[in-house]
Amino acid sequence: MHPVYDVAIIGAGAVGTAVARELSRYHLKIILLEAKADVGMGTTKANTAIWHTGFDAKPGTLEARLLRRSYALMEKFVPEAGIPTEPLGGLLVAWTEDQYHTLPSLLERAHTNGVTDVRIISAEDVYRLEPRLNAGAWGGLFVPGESLLCPFTLPLAFATQAVINGAELRLNFRVQGIALEDGITRIVSEDGQTVAARYLVNAAGLYSDEIDRMLGHHDFTVTPRRGELIVYDKFARTLINHIILPVPTPITKGVLISPTVYGNILLGPTAEDLDDKTNTATSRQGLEMLLEKGRAILPDLMKEEVTATYAGLRAATEHKDYQIRLHAGQRYVCAGGIRSTGVSAAMGIADYIGGLLSEAGLELRPKDNFLPVHMPNIGQAAPRPYQQPERIAQNPDYGRIVCHCEKVSLGEILDAIHAPIPARTLDGLRRRTRAMQGRCQGFNCQAHIVDILARETGQDPRVLLALEKFPADPADDGGQS
Amino acid sequence: MTAERTDVLIVGAGPAGLSAALELKRLGVPRVTVVDREPQPGGMPRLCHHTGFGVWDFHRMLSGPQYARRYVRLAEAAGVEIRTETTVTGWADDHALTLTSPAGTGVLQSDAILLATGVRERPRSARLTPGYRPRGVFTTGSLQRFVDERHLPVGKRAVIVGAEEVSLSAFMTLTGAGLEVAAIVTELPRHQMNYFPYAPVKWLLVDMLHRVPVLTAARVERILGRFRVEGVEVSPVAGGERRVIPCDTVVFTGDWIPEHEVARSGELRMDAGTRGPQVDFAFRTSRAGIFAAGNLLRGAETAATSAAEGRRAAGWIARFLQGAPWPKVRLPVVAEPPIKWVFPNALSADTLRGEQPLTFRTADFVENAVVQVSQGNDVLYRQSFRYLTPNRTFRLDAAWLPRVALRGEPVRIRVA
Repeated sequence: MHPVYDVAIIGAGAVGTAVARELSRYHLKIILLEAKADVGMGTTKANTAIWHTGFDAKPGTLEARLLRRSYALMEKFVPEAGIPTEPLGGLLVAWTEDQYHTLPSLLERAHTNGVTDVRIISAEDVYRLEPRLNAGAWGGLFVPGESLLCPFTLPLAFATQAVINGAELRLNFRVQGIALEDGITRIVSEDGQTVAARYLVNAAGLYSDEIDRMLGHHDFTVTPRRGELIVYDKFARTLINHIILPVPTPITKGVLISPTVYGNILLGPTAEDLDDKTNTATSRQGLEMLLEKGRAILPDLMKEEVTATYAGLRAATEHKDYQIRLHAGQRYVCAGGIRSTGVSAAMGIADYIGGLLSEAGLELRPKDNFLPVHMPNIGQAAPRPYQQPERIAQNPDYGRIVCHCEKVSLGEILDAIHAPIPARTLDGLRRRTRAMQGRCQGFNCQAHIVDILARETGQDPRVLLALEKFPADPADDGGQS
Repeated sequence: MTAERTDVLIVGAGPAGLSAALELKRLGVPRVTVVDREPQPGGMPRLCHHTGFGVWDFHRMLSGPQYARRYVRLAEAAGVEIRTETTVTGWADDHALTLTSPAGTGVLQSDAILLATGVRERPRSARLTPGYRPRGVFTTGSLQRFVDERHLPVGKRAVIVGAEEVSLSAFMTLTGAGLEVAAIVTELPRHQMNYFPYAPVKWLLVDMLHRVPVLTAARVERILGRFRVEGVEVSPVAGGERRVIPCDTVVFTGDWIPEHEVARSGELRMDAGTRGPQVDFAFRTSRAGIFAAGNLLRGAETAATSAAEGRRAAGWIARFLQGAPWPKVRLPVVAEPPIKWVFPNALSADTLRGEQPLTFRTADFVENAVVQVSQGNDVLYRQSFRYLTPNRTFRLDAAWLPRVALRGEPVRIRVA
């Protein structure tokens, strides 16, 4: 007989992993189900990697509230867990007179949202902060709280903390059907596995509407909104000091130029509604549009090399707010429509969902020994193993550099392969270590890394290289790799 | 950190770095240290498991690995210190580099530093080729690492992007690994491969062109396939119908970019054309005591060219160590389109005798070209070329050099 879990969570993106982590602090039997071969594989991994304050969220919405709640929780968690972050601040630039006149209302909105340190600055101050910006700025809004964040480490940290505190993570579990009977929810996968649980949380991102329908609801429809992005070489990093934001429109936050925690510069995203929830390809039109925008904002950026391009899909719905609902009778919480702010809001959403489950009768009895999590800090601002003689003295593999562009050592690669949530694919290894993410895109080190990964995990290189038939859904599905 | 000293520090143990080290030892420099980030010294020829090396340096036909081993053995026998698995991580000061190796971190000081860090091919992402990001996308270099260094499987059917000399190297590696090459795609109107002076290579080229269609004035619009490459969509550059070429492997060849991380982080003046450090005829960069040689300067030339540059640079390094002054005035040499770059791209007083030619490459095919050298309104020199072919290097005679006014305007090289 299979065990009955207290809570099953569908989806191991930022939201699902944060919920698993939140619930793992209580005496509960938890299972986290993920369709793909790794955590954080959907919208979570292919976005602008910014930790938002929520200054521009629509006041009164659940999104605005949970972003604020999340910001406070993350201020504690992010440094404790070693998540790469850089508190650079955002600079929203008005490029036209019309945009300039919207700044006071944006300021008012920020204040209503409790983001009180935002201020309007003059055009002179814009150029004092960012001398390389193109001419023509009317003024700006400075948002000190906006920060860079590593969107790869965050869900891994949540999931790792959940797992070391007893939660079970089941990958490659693609939900085919859900049945409710006698107070038990049975979740069946496409390959015939069954998981039984008393409570269910739907954090399936792009597929949250489909899971919701399996439980008989028709509250929202997810439309994948594709965002293409261009990553520039580290030599571009000195061109800007802040996150350069555009004035948002109702459709999108617009195209921004931001440093990344890895020391690159990001340009994007586009915003294009699609039908296909798997279309993470880049397009010529999308990339050309970004180049045009980038040239208009920061002309010097165009002189630098492009390191990578990628596309991600946001889970847009017909609604203007998150679709988080408790169906108490079904002991089911749906967390759908978490659009572009999911990474920033995840901890607030998890906190809120914990409350909803408790409301529905789930007993939350705290554990005495909730274990902390410490992730390898792969950010450019933190000391890296190659810079630490004491670590190399302990283990020479930290001085044996495999990925030269990102200076990733053999020691870090082996650590990632043998972590509590191990890297099993090339893309999984990249997201945990930065290996193959640099200016040569793995062209120098990929063969070596395939060798290491195949040897350490006992996998056939033909599978890692997708020359043999892949398992149900490979980790290397789209996104940056 | 431990600070050590050496007489000449060379970064990169490829043909340029090792031949410079050998020559420095021959000239009597006591301590010559070469660092390389790879586990094995020898540089890129180590990866080229085909023939075509050694005719100029060793007067015999060698494979790339044989050629690399010869230089390594000669350097070791001459007393050159070669440190492998040693990565330069930055500059400690003007004449010291920070290093990381399995032995730890350290600082190595030297009055003279030679950068010979080589070159890489622009990867698919930097060329902004759209589509999914499946496995099966290579550069020539990564393909050679897969096939010859690691013996990993690479697929069955390939498309080669680019039609320059290195594309032939990709072809040989692919066919050697048992792949069929479906097409060679170049955005330019003709292929740019040279009928090499060596007969065996010439026949390889003729054979390849006989067997594989070269799609000219065409570009890869999209890479198809989500997990593994399933094909490429190709269309004429001028616009027109797209066609799909099924394949499981795509190799992006050429389109060189110097590995200039150490040079740029040392704030050396860079040349906009070559994207390498700006150097004069003596391989001197904009910073006193810092030299550069080999493919870092301008993209890939033959191993023999890089080795010859290393030897010549060594002579200038030895003179510098004996107290020769660093030139105070440097005059830039600027390439104007369609000329892509010119090398050397700086002139200084003690190297204006015009013994060595300059070299240059163009971005487009030009017939009956007259290349003109001018400074301000003065035309210093004109040289005729029957054909200029992109991705091939041409020599520009240097007899005009003594007439340059070093304190004048930059020298400009253009097609008249």
